[in-house]
Amino acid sequence: MTTSYEERTGEPLSKEDPSGAADLKAAAPKSPRSKAFVLTAGLSLALLAGCLLSAAIGAYSIPIGDVLSSLQHRIGLGGQPLDRVGESVLWNVRLPRVVLALLVGASLGCAGALMQGVFGNPLAEPGVIGISAGAAVGAVASIALGLTFFGNWTITVFAFIAGLATVLLVYTLSRSGGRTEVVTLILTGIAVNAFAGALIGLFIFFADNAQITQITFWQLGSLSQATWPKVLAVLPCALAGLLIAPFYARKLDLLALGERPARHLGVDVERLRITLVLVVALLTAAAVAVAGIISFVGLLVPHLLRMANGPGHRFLVPGSALGGALVLVAGDLAARTVAAPAELPLGVLTALFGSPFFFWLLRRTRRKQGGWA
Amino acid sequence: MRTLRDLFAVRSRELPSPVAPGSAAVEAAGLSVRLGGRQVLDAVDLAAHAGEVVALVGPNGAGKSTLLAALAADLAPGSGEVLIGGRPATAWTAPELALRRSVLPQSAVLSFPFPVEDVVRMGRAPWAGTELEDEDDTAVAAAMAATEVTRFAARPFSELSGGERARVALARVLAQRAPLMLLDEPTAALDLRHQELVLRICRERAAAGDAVVVVLHDLGLAAAYADRVAVLHEGRIAVVGPPREIFDGELLGEVYRQPVEVFPHPRTGAPLVVPVRH
Repeated sequence: MTTSYEERTGEPLSKEDPSGAADLKAAAPKSPRSKAFVLTAGLSLALLAGCLLSAAIGAYSIPIGDVLSSLQHRIGLGGQPLDRVGESVLWNVRLPRVVLALLVGASLGCAGALMQGVFGNPLAEPGVIGISAGAAVGAVASIALGLTFFGNWTITVFAFIAGLATVLLVYTLSRSGGRTEVVTLILTGIAVNAFAGALIGLFIFFADNAQITQITFWQLGSLSQATWPKVLAVLPCALAGLLIAPFYARKLDLLALGERPARHLGVDVERLRITLVLVVALLTAAAVAVAGIISFVGLLVPHLLRMANGPGHRFLVPGSALGGALVLVAGDLAARTVAAPAELPLGVLTALFGSPFFFWLLRRTRRKQGGWA
Repeated sequence: MRTLRDLFAVRSRELPSPVAPGSAAVEAAGLSVRLGGRQVLDAVDLAAHAGEVVALVGPNGAGKSTLLAALAADLAPGSGEVLIGGRPATAWTAPELALRRSVLPQSAVLSFPFPVEDVVRMGRAPWAGTELEDEDDTAVAAAMAATEVTRFAARPFSELSGGERARVALARVLAQRAPLMLLDEPTAALDLRHQELVLRICRERAAAGDAVVVVLHDLGLAAAYADRVAVLHEGRIAVVGPPREIFDGELLGEVYRQPVEVFPHPRTGAPLVVPVRH
């Protein structure tokens, strides 16, 4: 069969080389696999450097050598502990914050990539289907009503439950006849977003001044209240989500063809959708619960990586987690140093840089690709 | 990685056994489908056998695409049954079906700008984790050569013209190497040369032992390349058989509500269908 194709078409392919693979590789400008490797290595190195810098720089400066030395000491590989103040600043203030930035950033980046894949829309974002807003309602409610069932974790737990409930609600509302249409889903998300915004406004209206300050601070998005218990509160959700996500990369590639063609290629589309929506809820709700609303990370990072290495999800999903972590570690470092001793809200900073960049990105990508479809 | 994947596989897939020549690859019996309160298909019986090309023709809205979707197990029939590889279509899981039938949708869309070669390679997804995975590179290269898309293997799908996209989509379906190919208007966006090319590919696949069901608008193409043609009319099969026997001016004129003339090609003898023009 193969030979007959070739004889007829006269394409210079695979007469001598039956696999034809060599010709195809030669036709591609750069092997995507090596490009992905370079990108992964570069991102990892930058992330490592960002973490070390973030641990070293601040009101109380610690040389990077000392940071490394203290780290070595704690994991029992020699090294020296710092003096009492330095040790305390590094281990109780800086490191939990760096780790939280890592986890929140990775969760947001990964959630963005998954969401865009699930909806087949490069402009989809966890915020679009109302998870962020839903989680925000939970958190604001717990602040405004002064609930303290779970001690320090109350806001976290409420944000998570409300976020998860919201995504399930949106998903159920937008299903009809056993299927979920993308447009319906996104429109439902918009309605839910509006409703959640109204609820938040209502809670703020009834809250007292101290509560309003707390709510506003949380709404702006910040990592300044990072502690090890908060890290532990996010860790299970974030890790679970980040570990599950890469297993669905190939199926997400197929979903780009549309629902029916994906099903023709053996993907159980409905199951894939519900699994990934839950993973996204897990990742976003966890991130929003501890850090407030930090926008554009989930939109920007996958975009940039898609431009660098194409839309294949096998790199995009883990790569977006890496990139998101990098953006948030660097962003948090900037947020607490540019206006020192005051601290900018991280969410404001990401939106400030994110939105104009996103506009530019939109125009550029659209021009280059000749459209989105 | 392979062992990891096996660990997560819920159940191993049953690979398709070779189809005996002449046995039915897909079979619809008493198939009725209602969509939005309208009877789109009404008691349709149709089979496509290994080694033959079956063309579905008929006017707009006659139910061609619905019939193809039902044969592809995309639609649950209101009544009647679809057998794929001798087993009810609903008894297969999605991954098992993907090894047994490939489907070319009417329009080729892609949400992200994957390069052409990656799109064609998506057709190999059903075979991941089976021993036939080793054929991936060969199947992709052969499918791209057959549809003449090798030249733009590295270009993003979104940059291609409509006709080029249609050929890439066909290449993906060919790369899937399923024993049953269901093609919905594969020639709609193509120029003369590529229309012929696509139908020749259909013939080759049939000669290799596959069953091909293809929705066509061009009755001339159907007459020249199909072993059997099913003429659909208002959700029913008006007539089915070899084109030389069933293409009849009176019947086609009534089905299409347009008087036509049918006469044999002076050299090949294949029926030509031409609208009556004054």
